[in-house]
Amino acid sequence: MNPLGAMQRLLSPPRVGGINRAPSPLLARATPWLSIMLASLLANSLVIAAAPVMPPVGLMMLVAWVQIRPGLLPVWAGLPLGAFDDLFSGQPFGSAILLWSLTVIALDVIEMRIPWRNYLIEWATGAALVCGCLVAMLVFANATGGAAPLLVIAPQLVMVLLLYPVIGSLAGALDRFRLIRIMDLGR
Amino acid sequence: MAPPPNRRSGFSRRAQYTNFIGYIAGIAGGLLGAAFLMLAFANPSIFSSLRGVGSDIAEPAGKVAAEGRKAGHGLFDGLAAYFDAAQQNAYLKREVEAAKVKLVEFNARTEENRRLKALLQLRDGDSKPVAFAQLVASTAASTRRFATISVGADDGIKVGMPVSSAMGVVGRVLETASSTSRVLLITDAESVVPVRRASDSLPGFVEGRADGKVQIRLISLGINPLKPGDAFVTSGAGGLYPPGMPIAVAETITRDGAIAHVLADPAASDYVAVHEAWVPQIDAAQAANNARAARR
Repeated sequence: MNPLGAMQRLLSPPRVGGINRAPSPLLARATPWLSIMLASLLANSLVIAAAPVMPPVGLMMLVAWVQIRPGLLPVWAGLPLGAFDDLFSGQPFGSAILLWSLTVIALDVIEMRIPWRNYLIEWATGAALVCGCLVAMLVFANATGGAAPLLVIAPQLVMVLLLYPVIGSLAGALDRFRLIRIMDLGR
Repeated sequence: MAPPPNRRSGFSRRAQYTNFIGYIAGIAGGLLGAAFLMLAFANPSIFSSLRGVGSDIAEPAGKVAAEGRKAGHGLFDGLAAYFDAAQQNAYLKREVEAAKVKLVEFNARTEENRRLKALLQLRDGDSKPVAFAQLVASTAASTRRFATISVGADDGIKVGMPVSSAMGVVGRVLETASSTSRVLLITDAESVVPVRRASDSLPGFVEGRADGKVQIRLISLGINPLKPGDAFVTSGAGGLYPPGMPIAVAETITRDGAIAHVLADPAASDYVAVHEAWVPQIDAAQAANNARAARR
């Protein structure tokens, strides 16, 4: 065996694609979960804000994944992902668990009722669901202290409406990434 | 993509049950969330230890993000400074001249202040900060205003300690974990800080409005004597916040006070200091008096 050749094989990056390659099951399963959790964290550490200025990126990522791949995330995905978001979001604990579970169920119902959807319908339903959650989040936050008016979340509502397609295409890119054929099947 | 014609999961009983249990678990998750929410309404700090574990684990990521933010401001400030460099130079020169005069006045006042304090036998109440910390996260997507700082119970942080930046008050510690703590920012709608007008000690309160501004309410109702540009400092009344920390400047006058902007913008404060909770001296003296009276 040629030691130089073995070294080269070790150092060269794994060949992607090809007839004897398959997607890694770990990557294919874990990407949606990890990307949503990362989005939840990013919403809180990207800016130190004196006012609510970030859209709920974690929730938008969840809605985008469910719309792109219905059934990839189980219906109960809102429970663990929402609990993770609640740890950092500043909302009373349980707010995201409840709202995210309801959102996933609502998306499932929408998928059943409107089987043929286009880009605009997905944009409208996704943004409407997230905006509804934002209003509910305001109500829950006010129940634990203070009385912030609806006007406070107006910038967030506008941002959700405008940014939803961006998050959607990000989830689409991640969907292509998770299905990269990277596992060597041998020859 | 065309949807499948029906949503039955085929003839496999196992697949059907899995699907069904998925729905049941989804609905149960929602109900569990509602139950947690009720508990949190009844006692907001009930899940604080869970949150503490979460923020301790996420702290390294937050620190990386904080470094990124710091580099970001430096870059943008540097770029922005190029655009009006000449104008800014002229302006700053004038500013320095004015500041030199002020400095002489200030030194004289400091000296006088020291002399008067010695006369009254007051000692300086300013103690050293308990710890310095980075702001590692804030609840930017929620209407509640909390921030996470990179020091916790292990560094001697206790609940109630005031947090400030070089510009003024940022908030106070609400929950502590072992290496991080959660700070209630003064812009939160639940935060109330007793203040006075810097110029004439007119007493009032600063309340958060959740939109980045604060509301100043005066204690004495009647004619509103505030003007835009009035600066407010903490009064130390009731303890917790030490007196004399700058906090806000009035912007828009309302019927019973003013809407003010906060001096210590948390977005621009890379580092903050955590101070010992202030205990008013006069109260301690009174308590001693009361104790003596009770003994008699």
